Amino acid sequence: MYKIARENLPALYRALAAERELYLPVRKSGQVNFAAWDEGFSEEDLLFGLAALKTVKSPKDVFFPQSETLYTCKKDGRKLTIEPEALKAQDFVVFGMRACDVQGLKVLDKVFLSEPIDTFYAARREHGTIVAIGCKEPETSCFCSVFGTDCTEPAADVAAWLTDDFLYWKPLTEKGEALTGQLKQKGPFARTSEADETQVESEKAVTRRIVERLPYSQLSLDGWDGDATDEKFGDALWEELYKPCLACGTCTFVCPTCQCYDIKDYDTGHGVQRYRCWDSCMYSDFTMMAAANNRTSQMQRFRQRFMHKLVYFPANNDGMYSCVGCGRCVDKCPSSLNIVKVIKAFAAKAEAVRGGEN
Amino acid sequence: MSECTCHTNYQLDTLIPKVGVITDIREETPDVKTFRVNAPEGGKLFEHMPGQCAMLCAPGVSEGMFSITSSPTNLKYQEFSIKRCGMLTEYLHSLQVGDSITVRGPYGNHFPVEDRLKGQNLLFIAGGIGLAPLRSVINYVLDNRADYGTVDILYGSRSADDLVQLKEIQEVWMKTEGVNVYLTIDREQEGWDGHVGFVPAYLKELGFATDKTALICGPPIMIKFVLAGLQEMGFSKEQVYTTLELRMKCGIGKCGRCNIGSKYVCKDGPVFRCDEIDELPDEY
Amino acid sequence: MQELIRETKPSASSQALVHRACELLSDGTVARVLGWKKGDLPYNPEPAFFDSAEALSSFTYDAFCGANLSKYMIEASRLEGKTLVFLKPCDTYSFNQLIKEHRVDREKAYIVGIGCTGKLSGEKIHALGIKAVEAIEGAEDGMLCEGQESASGKTRAAEEAAAAAEIVAPADPDAVLTIQTLYGEKTCAYDEVMLERCHVCKGKEHKIYDELLGQSRETKNADRFAEVERIEAMSPQERFAFFQSELSKCIRCNACRNVCPACSCRKCVFDSNKFDSSQKANVDSFEEKMFHIIRAFHVAGRCTDCGECSRVCPQGIPLHLFNRKFIKDIDTFYGEFQAGEDAETKGPLTSFTLDDAEPGIAEGR
Repeated sequence: MYKIARENLPALYRALAAERELYLPVRKSGQVNFAAWDEGFSEEDLLFGLAALKTVKSPKDVFFPQSETLYTCKKDGRKLTIEPEALKAQDFVVFGMRACDVQGLKVLDKVFLSEPIDTFYAARREHGTIVAIGCKEPETSCFCSVFGTDCTEPAADVAAWLTDDFLYWKPLTEKGEALTGQLKQKGPFARTSEADETQVESEKAVTRRIVERLPYSQLSLDGWDGDATDEKFGDALWEELYKPCLACGTCTFVCPTCQCYDIKDYDTGHGVQRYRCWDSCMYSDFTMMAAANNRTSQMQRFRQRFMHKLVYFPANNDGMYSCVGCGRCVDKCPSSLNIVKVIKAFAAKAEAVRGGEN
Repeated sequence: MSECTCHTNYQLDTLIPKVGVITDIREETPDVKTFRVNAPEGGKLFEHMPGQCAMLCAPGVSEGMFSITSSPTNLKYQEFSIKRCGMLTEYLHSLQVGDSITVRGPYGNHFPVEDRLKGQNLLFIAGGIGLAPLRSVINYVLDNRADYGTVDILYGSRSADDLVQLKEIQEVWMKTEGVNVYLTIDREQEGWDGHVGFVPAYLKELGFATDKTALICGPPIMIKFVLAGLQEMGFSKEQVYTTLELRMKCGIGKCGRCNIGSKYVCKDGPVFRCDEIDELPDEY
Repeated sequence: MQELIRETKPSASSQALVHRACELLSDGTVARVLGWKKGDLPYNPEPAFFDSAEALSSFTYDAFCGANLSKYMIEASRLEGKTLVFLKPCDTYSFNQLIKEHRVDREKAYIVGIGCTGKLSGEKIHALGIKAVEAIEGAEDGMLCEGQESASGKTRAAEEAAAAAEIVAPADPDAVLTIQTLYGEKTCAYDEVMLERCHVCKGKEHKIYDELLGQSRETKNADRFAEVERIEAMSPQERFAFFQSELSKCIRCNACRNVCPACSCRKCVFDSNKFDSSQKANVDSFEEKMFHIIRAFHVAGRCTDCGECSRVCPQGIPLHLFNRKFIKDIDTFYGEFQAGEDAETKGPLTSFTLDDAEPGIAEGR
């Protein structure tokens, strides 16, 4: 493990940016999101960004951009030609991800790296090195622990921890070692002492105790697994739960695991770009065909999102949920709906039924 | 920083299409045309199995999934029978021989012609444009005649003018030994001396023995009543195959659109055995 | 399941409203109630329909019930029987406007105009660095319960409810929230975490109602158009940079549109695949600005300035500024006009008079 004095963080950023493309959380117009490094970022906005537990948009954007061109189609008379977009070929670093978002990428890996591989995503994964920071002061809406994530131990290429004085840095993978090797020569890296390690460990322990006491930490996923389709799908509860849903896409667009996309045209005037962009299963046109639509009501669309995360995805991926408990939807839903309320409502109903039987 | 070469290990992404040239257009009915598609340098764009689909795209208009109606045994080209019903199909219908589109695929599973259907007596039941995916199997079966038992084809449409592939039906299928073709149209029509009535009703009249495997495709309402009819005759759901159709964008089970429960129609379908469909939640 | 949020006694505000709702349900005046349901955190109540006294046990009306329920009445108007809807003063403007646009059925609504003490923003509390919230004191009541009146004079029930209500009213501007968190007790001024719209409150008067319950607190302490004026004073380059930086945050989630009572088209032009407008790409060179500018034009003259767009934006874009710019210009060109003031008056943009300002007047503004 290494350490970098906090006042040397700007130097670290610059060293990183000199080696690779760098993406990191930064405050812009009041909100923290991941952005490509820019010399113009103020130290204050970078520090604020680093301290923020949750960027508004998750960093999935870096690997699976909200919009990306797949290929361009050119027409010369009646002849068509197709020019595929180049795959990511440059190494880059994502600095400042959190444990839940790292887990979010593992969910996306299941989708995009399964056959047939999505090469656009795969190339980014291959070239990306992730430096993730252990969380320190978890927030009200955090519930990563429910999915088995320890927010103090991000499973990234490099795990880092921020204390009052230092950024601690521990490479965990070959990629992480390679990045560390490059940086060590230029950056302000110092070897840690045993006292440092003790300090980091004790801070982790404090955080873990807080995690246990978070309002959602005791959430039970009982009854939610790949086999629950029959039991959950037809439940009358959905009719009640979806009602305040405005059918916007906020939950899906801030989510680190939502991966639904659309493929659309952009006519540049000298060729048609086929681009892919995030789509939302909450949108009314999501499943609409020329002649039919299999999800005509918002109830069905609402149900789809949660069934996908808690039942369908586990069914196809050895029980892995496609929710990581980052809590962004909890914070951002305009109607204060979210996956936790859904899980709790089903639990309460099951409880009531059990109570009735006794 | 050196440029990497790792991505050269990747094949071209499955989302990147090939250019397909339209080499023939047949007007089947007032609103169905069959398009023959070849690679620009000639030959087929890819190999496929009966029941599989491909994404056809008119750049700047739209892209959509269509079943490949030609049989894999056709070594020269692929065909798509397309009904005009939306923006994309409207545009495709305006194309001429020599025009290009983009094609990617093949996508999805296929009818189990190499295993479960082998040696079986086959009963094909189609309605309207629903003949398109079944035609691929029928021609595959006829070209491998020795591998299969009897073939019965029940095909119905709104009117005589709406019967797709009529020429092939009359000149090839009807003339092949061991193949029985039953045509029907919904309403009486001048010049039509064949059967009149809906497909499910005709099916009951015909009353097939249950020593067959049924493959059905057509409008949802027809499938519903045909399935009920078959069950009445004693067919089990394990003996019946059909195809499902939902909105698709990627064709590879990733864009999240065409799922029914945990199954993606583009990847796990479009061909389903009816007992498998029973396992799915009611959302198709 | 262990519930860590402390079960608290329903507040006076909640009790009073539930009481009245139960009466109206049981005497058959209404078939259902549209209000807010307790959240699972101290600051996240959700809009909800209730159809029985039993269901109303989860009802709440606290300082976080900012959601404007008017738009839900579009759907409720299609249901059998009347819906009791609780509207805060500012929500009634939206309801009037929806009547004017024939989107809701007045006959299907029983409107209980309720008081408001200014609504709070969980995001603003979070922005103060207050996290891992366990409980919030000082936000229990959504209105002042003293001296309740109803249109038909004080009902006995209301009197009883008022008597039962031991009011701890956060009536004064110095009101403070005491917030229990896992990192210790925090405090913040009530006003500091109030929604922007409450600082420029349109007033305590309900513009349409069947009866009134509770009273409101004066929360206005800012000039509604000050921010618009600040932007008007910018150079075109500064102005462009300002909007570019704000709108480039847009993620095209459509929350602003979907929550907006003026956006009640059955099919939005941005959802139609028949036009090039249905682009979902978040391209900050063009797409996002187009979306917001077109939306602002479309709701111009109809927007009541209810502030929901800014409340729900996940990226904190001050979307209300677009609408307010239009309102300010309309006021200047056609005389003061408040959309939703009533359900009949034709708006200046939907009626023509020979005295109307020439279009050219807007140039350079």
